[in-house]
Amino acid sequence: MLTTADAVAAMDDRLRVYRLMLEARLFEEYAYQMFLEGLVKGTSHLATGQEAIAAGFAAAMRPSDLTFCTYRGHIHTLLRGTPPGPLMAELLGRATGVCGGKGGSMHLTWAPAGAMGSYAIVGAHLPIAAGAAWAAMERGTGQVSVCFFGDGATNIGAFHEALNMAVVWNLPVVFVCENNQYMEYTPIGSVTAVPRPAADRASAYGLDAIVVDGNDPDEMLDIARSSLGKARAGGGPSLVEALTYRHGGHSRADPGTYRPDEEVERWKARDPIPTYRERLADAGVSEQQLSGIEDSVEAAMLVAIEEAKAGPAPSLDSISTEVWADGGSQWRN
Amino acid sequence: MAQLMTYREAVAYGLAQEMERDETVYLIGEDVAAAGGVFKTTPGLLERFGPRRVRDTPISEEAIVGATMGAAMNGLRPVAEIMFSDFLATCWDLVANQIAKTRYMTDGQVALPLVIRTANGGGVRFGAQHSQSLENWAMSVPGLKVVAPSTPRDVVALMAASIRDPDPVVFFEHKALFANKGPVPDGEVVGQLGKAAVVRSGSDATILALAAMVPQALAAADELSSRGIEATVVDVRCLVPLDTQTILAAVAGTGRVYTVEENPRLCGWGAEVVSIIAEEAFYDLDAPMVRITTDHIPLPSADILEDATIPSSSRIAETVEKTLG
Repeated sequence: MLTTADAVAAMDDRLRVYRLMLEARLFEEYAYQMFLEGLVKGTSHLATGQEAIAAGFAAAMRPSDLTFCTYRGHIHTLLRGTPPGPLMAELLGRATGVCGGKGGSMHLTWAPAGAMGSYAIVGAHLPIAAGAAWAAMERGTGQVSVCFFGDGATNIGAFHEALNMAVVWNLPVVFVCENNQYMEYTPIGSVTAVPRPAADRASAYGLDAIVVDGNDPDEMLDIARSSLGKARAGGGPSLVEALTYRHGGHSRADPGTYRPDEEVERWKARDPIPTYRERLADAGVSEQQLSGIEDSVEAAMLVAIEEAKAGPAPSLDSISTEVWADGGSQWRN
Repeated sequence: MAQLMTYREAVAYGLAQEMERDETVYLIGEDVAAAGGVFKTTPGLLERFGPRRVRDTPISEEAIVGATMGAAMNGLRPVAEIMFSDFLATCWDLVANQIAKTRYMTDGQVALPLVIRTANGGGVRFGAQHSQSLENWAMSVPGLKVVAPSTPRDVVALMAASIRDPDPVVFFEHKALFANKGPVPDGEVVGQLGKAAVVRSGSDATILALAAMVPQALAAADELSSRGIEATVVDVRCLVPLDTQTILAAVAGTGRVYTVEENPRLCGWGAEVVSIIAEEAFYDLDAPMVRITTDHIPLPSADILEDATIPSSSRIAETVEKTLG
């Protein structure tokens, strides 16, 4: 039976997910704006519209759990607890960035929060996440590795190698396919042998076929809890396919015009943030409480953006540091 | 005291020394556990350290190397075996894009204390896809340390140094050397990465060699000695870090330089070494430097063809004698 305390705790988690989604959305909006201002250099791959997946898992994970994400990984890194100022400073190429300006948008990492890297070669991080889970199992740390990847990654060899090994070794890892319907510019269905790129492959590895609504934060929170719990209890890996949609193009160079207007509109109507706001309000959360969360997220992000912009450029001395563990880059005597 | 063992036996001996010392050292790879390795370099380790620490993998090189990287990020000091170095091509993304660059890209947040061991080199009639000498592939990627021992003692000593090193190391074991015997000192044997060894001294020529080319260079030096030519032979042992001080000192002692490289000609490790010598010790030279390499071709399989392709002691001796003038 659900007690009052349980209900309060459940609502606290839901409000936390709402807050996390807002942080994610705002971070991406500022990243985009600063890209237009010429402050964010290089490329960036925004996850606008896909926030419920990262937020649901971030809310369910323990601090010691490990996140592995892709080049579309600003929000996964942020939501594990990476300070937003240094995170944004990395996009701006500042010394105060989380990687000192050496990583950039596609390699955001904040190990102290368990954000173990954003991987920019599609599929590579699936076996890496499995390896971190293997170490967790051997050392008895109780950690779970969570690996986020796109639908496109399901067609690369590393996906299959990692799933097979993770199952054979019964590793505490959760593989989360964020199926946003497009492999870069190409509809995933037109280049994949099966309709559900991840779930339809699950049976090949003896795993359950799990498809969830990646735009439903409650559903994401539930699947995060159950898959993390299974892994932590020694039940081995899970493969979760979360259906979602990116509001923008693949990267900053892509306006996404190959997508039918009707399709974009349909998915935007299912934007996880306003729909969740409505659901929370229906569940009795006051307007005051919701706008309180929104205001505090906005205020904190503004501070972070200013902090990022104020960061100095990296020193040229840093070019030749941290190739090796001795801090340097010497390859000869 | 020392015990005599083969290069092959030294691999398991060196691994066992480190696994005994440090319980975070794990070994994974295809057929490494129950079968003791396809080259029989890991027999007995499963029995001694158990199925958790010595583990067979599927034929999944990306998973092997990826899992090794992930484990190194999370508290283990894993050793992966890639059965043939040629198979590094199937997981080069993990090696060159991920492992080599992660420390730098994260500005030192992520350390990767891991070793990738692999059977390298030709001379065993396996043809072009199972015989390559690929040290220069690894050498060309910033962020990887590169080791290629030539003796059983160095296998043990440099294996220990590689496993204890806080950075990723690619450890090339040479297939043609597995049956070679040599002494390994009793007790703990630990070497140092980035130290070349002067394995023979002579005043007429300096021969720089690596892995299976070291015994060839030594045999050539003996042959030359019988004709009155005395050569210094340097076992380079480690390409990254590179012991340029030992190399430059040896060059200064003779004024004549020969590299002996099993790799195909273009961009072999010797090309980098001679460029360093040309820039920094040009006035120590009495003549142009000579690179003795495999031709720039894939390796043929037939014994007579392969033997004519890879540098041999007689080819080294002839080349030195002809050019010494």
